[in-house]
Amino acid sequence: MSAGNHSPKPVAELVLESSLESVDVAENHAIAAAERAGMPEEDVFRFGYAVREAMVNAVVHGNRYSSNKTVGFRILVFPGQIEVRIQDQGDGFDTKGVADPLAEENLLSQSGRGLALIRAFVDELLVAPADGGGTTAVLRKFVRAGTESPPQVSEE
Amino acid sequence: MSVTLTTRQVGDVTVIDAKGRITLGEGSSDFRDSIKSLVAKGQKNILVNLANITYIDSSGIGEMVSGFTTVANAGGKLKLLSLTKRIQDLLQITKLYTVFEVYDDEAAGLASFQS
Repeated sequence: MSAGNHSPKPVAELVLESSLESVDVAENHAIAAAERAGMPEEDVFRFGYAVREAMVNAVVHGNRYSSNKTVGFRILVFPGQIEVRIQDQGDGFDTKGVADPLAEENLLSQSGRGLALIRAFVDELLVAPADGGGTTAVLRKFVRAGTESPPQVSEE
Repeated sequence: MSVTLTTRQVGDVTVIDAKGRITLGEGSSDFRDSIKSLVAKGQKNILVNLANITYIDSSGIGEMVSGFTTVANAGGKLKLLSLTKRIQDLLQITKLYTVFEVYDDEAAGLASFQS
């Protein structure tokens, strides 16, 4: 679902270093925005968790901790939903190339669960090549005041 | 706060009482080092108490899986104790409930190593 053509002014718009400290900064901004929007406590946790995982992807797998690369981070709050946009300057990323971490043969893999957890904790995840290189991840979550959305668990 | 790992021996089972956050960086590497150290010392029955873990990210989950494999390869078992609701959700989403033996009660967890 699109949030519409008329974007509000971002409640946060940052250019962050490729560091784990930036992951904390982004997560804290997302949590604060979700709380201000009236998201239930458990949904706030899930939204913050998803943003943290997406930021780790940008810093670690996208920019590979490079001090010469930054992560663009923006939060937009729409009526009834919050959108976070995270853009790295890496070599690009195709989600189709990620092994399914829920497949029996991959359950004992040490890594590869980040995207599955993000998908479970937000209502919409878009991952696409960014203009000028790198990858953009857009995470959207509805604000369901008073009711917590269950995590989206695979039925397979 | 990162993670604090305290070990205690109960019979032939080593219980790791974990407290804090297991995330990419210090927390997950501490967990990995702790498991490897125990296995190197010959400890093969490990029960990880997660009651006081406030946060675990996908990297931390990966380290738990790695620890499970490390212990299994040494001929032992790594089991989990006292999961919070959030960690239960994470294991359900990642289907790791099918991998780990999980106990709510420490006595039952300890006894399971005898069977």
